[in-house]
Amino acid sequence: MNVQAWTYLIVTATFALYIGIAWWSRVASTSGFYVAGRGVPAVANGMATGADWMSAASFISMAGLISFMGYTGTIYLMGWTGGYVLLALLLAPYLRKYGKFTTSEFVGDRYYSDAARLVAAGCTIFVSFTYIAGQMRGVGVVFSRFLEVEVHWGVVIGVVIVFFYAVLGGMKGITYTQVAQYCVLIVAFLIPAAAISWKITGNPIPQFGFGGSVQEGQQAGVFLLEALDALHRELRLPEYTAAFVPGKKSMIDVTAITLALMVGTAGLPHVLVRFYTVRSARAARWSALWALVFIGLLYTTAPAVAAFARVNLISTLHGTRYSEVPEWFKSWETTGLIGFDDKNGDGMIDMADGADELTVDRDIMVLANPEIAELPAWVVALVAAGGLAAALSTAAGLLLVIASAISHDVGKSVLWKDMSSRRELLLARGTAAGAVIVAAYFGISPPGFVAQVVAFAFGLAAASFFPILVLGIFTRTTTKEGAIAGMSTGILFTGAYIVYFRLIRPEATADDWLFGISPEGIGAVGMLINFALALTVSRFTRPPPEEVQQLVSEIRLPRERAADSP
Amino acid sequence: MGDGVLSPLLSRQPDPSAYWRANLRLMAILLAAWFVCSFVLGIFLVEPLNGVRVGGFPLGFWFAHQGSICVFVVLILVYAAVMDRLDRRFGVD
Repeated sequence: MNVQAWTYLIVTATFALYIGIAWWSRVASTSGFYVAGRGVPAVANGMATGADWMSAASFISMAGLISFMGYTGTIYLMGWTGGYVLLALLLAPYLRKYGKFTTSEFVGDRYYSDAARLVAAGCTIFVSFTYIAGQMRGVGVVFSRFLEVEVHWGVVIGVVIVFFYAVLGGMKGITYTQVAQYCVLIVAFLIPAAAISWKITGNPIPQFGFGGSVQEGQQAGVFLLEALDALHRELRLPEYTAAFVPGKKSMIDVTAITLALMVGTAGLPHVLVRFYTVRSARAARWSALWALVFIGLLYTTAPAVAAFARVNLISTLHGTRYSEVPEWFKSWETTGLIGFDDKNGDGMIDMADGADELTVDRDIMVLANPEIAELPAWVVALVAAGGLAAALSTAAGLLLVIASAISHDVGKSVLWKDMSSRRELLLARGTAAGAVIVAAYFGISPPGFVAQVVAFAFGLAAASFFPILVLGIFTRTTTKEGAIAGMSTGILFTGAYIVYFRLIRPEATADDWLFGISPEGIGAVGMLINFALALTVSRFTRPPPEEVQQLVSEIRLPRERAADSP
Repeated sequence: MGDGVLSPLLSRQPDPSAYWRANLRLMAILLAAWFVCSFVLGIFLVEPLNGVRVGGFPLGFWFAHQGSICVFVVLILVYAAVMDRLDRRFGVD
């Protein structure tokens, strides 16, 4: 069987599995739809959080990105995992204790204000839509590369699947399909990683092979990372493991970006809501642990894959005759992911700095891995299924958050306070359906600004939600005026900085940036402004009412309130 | 009714403020470790630490690409386990 037949087979089988799970876990109540009836076991929620969190970007692009960045790739590795420590210690158990359905709901109740609730719901919808467009696009791209379907048909197929299980099964359907999707994506990531690790270093565990030595070729016996640094010196590029050298990001920028991504992770609504689905505050703590274990499995493998792919790319292609390139080069050349332009006309590939002969798309590092490692066709097909699982699971989680923000926070809590549960469920399904269609449109014809701002969803989440949530739990005295001032100034400052340096003056360099912090990292500054302003304004405004201070004392204790117990 | 019957009840008398102080102290320790393993070892001191080699890894690079993630997992594990004990000790579970 060839790659395409295998891909059709495996992708169809996984889709059938997702739909089967959705049918089995369909729901009939608002609690089931928004928070899966709060009955998800901690381990299952950890897996679901892993799939929810790891998007098409983590699965397909991250290893390739790191491969080109070397040390600086740590901004993604630490930035997208360190936030779980903040989430576990500062937010998850308390938000779960408070209960109810959404993060905006906590903001609205804790800050005794519908204005705060609406600002939070607005931030949720904005952040989630920018993020989801990238996911639908990812679905389309995987379809087009592996199944030779047009990108927009790929998006339509993905939308139909997500529509089915998000609208029918709500959070419950999404949770259990995400558990399945996590299994698919992690297997699809680890098998080629182990194979390439085995091939290059003789150790099948990528995390160990990363620190091992090269098996074959000119550098046999040399430590992998030393060999890689030597190859980079040969090409007049900065060493792979070197930090802050010219051509790489500065220390302050690496610090700011890492912090913004960490804090942003802890403030992303689709991640926070996962912790509403477990049984108790205690289960929320353990489920944060499981989430990071499952995420860490991919995140400690990715930098190893990045290094293997880099060594492999340079040692097989640099100085090689174009007529003698390996077969995978030819097959991926047709997709445009890798290209050779013989500028000096010597028929050889020159990868040295400035030669500019080889163009490599970062995605190829993961997508072409199975072929580089000479794995059977079914593994290539599995990678396609893994990429789809990563994109679909994140898209579904985001859709649900958008639907809840509209139907619950705007609809039930503000506009139609006396809406019945049945009507609310109908409205929630309707908004989920509407959001799927909008997301599909964004996926088929992404507006230019989406690609520009999607990477900044984290900065915006860091500057808006995180400080307000932390202050809402850890202080009794932060007032609604303080929260609204902090949240809106944080997001406006961060948004304005990003728009200015991305859209208005994209040619600006590090010298123009505030303290040398790039737009990617400015969310860290926005967060500090938010904290400072919220605390200052709270000192000069009327303290929160007694019942709100009581509420804060209440959420700090894991025990369920008497009214909630049978 | 003897002390034997009452004492388990008495020892489980919830003390929210002591519980909260114990929680904050644990958090402060774990967050300090979080900061040290990621920002200090993985970023601020990465250049001097890269002079130290452990196996095939420059140490600073290892913290930035692998070690910090492993430490994060351990930190949450310690937090969840110790909080379970605090919940029981202060009778708030």
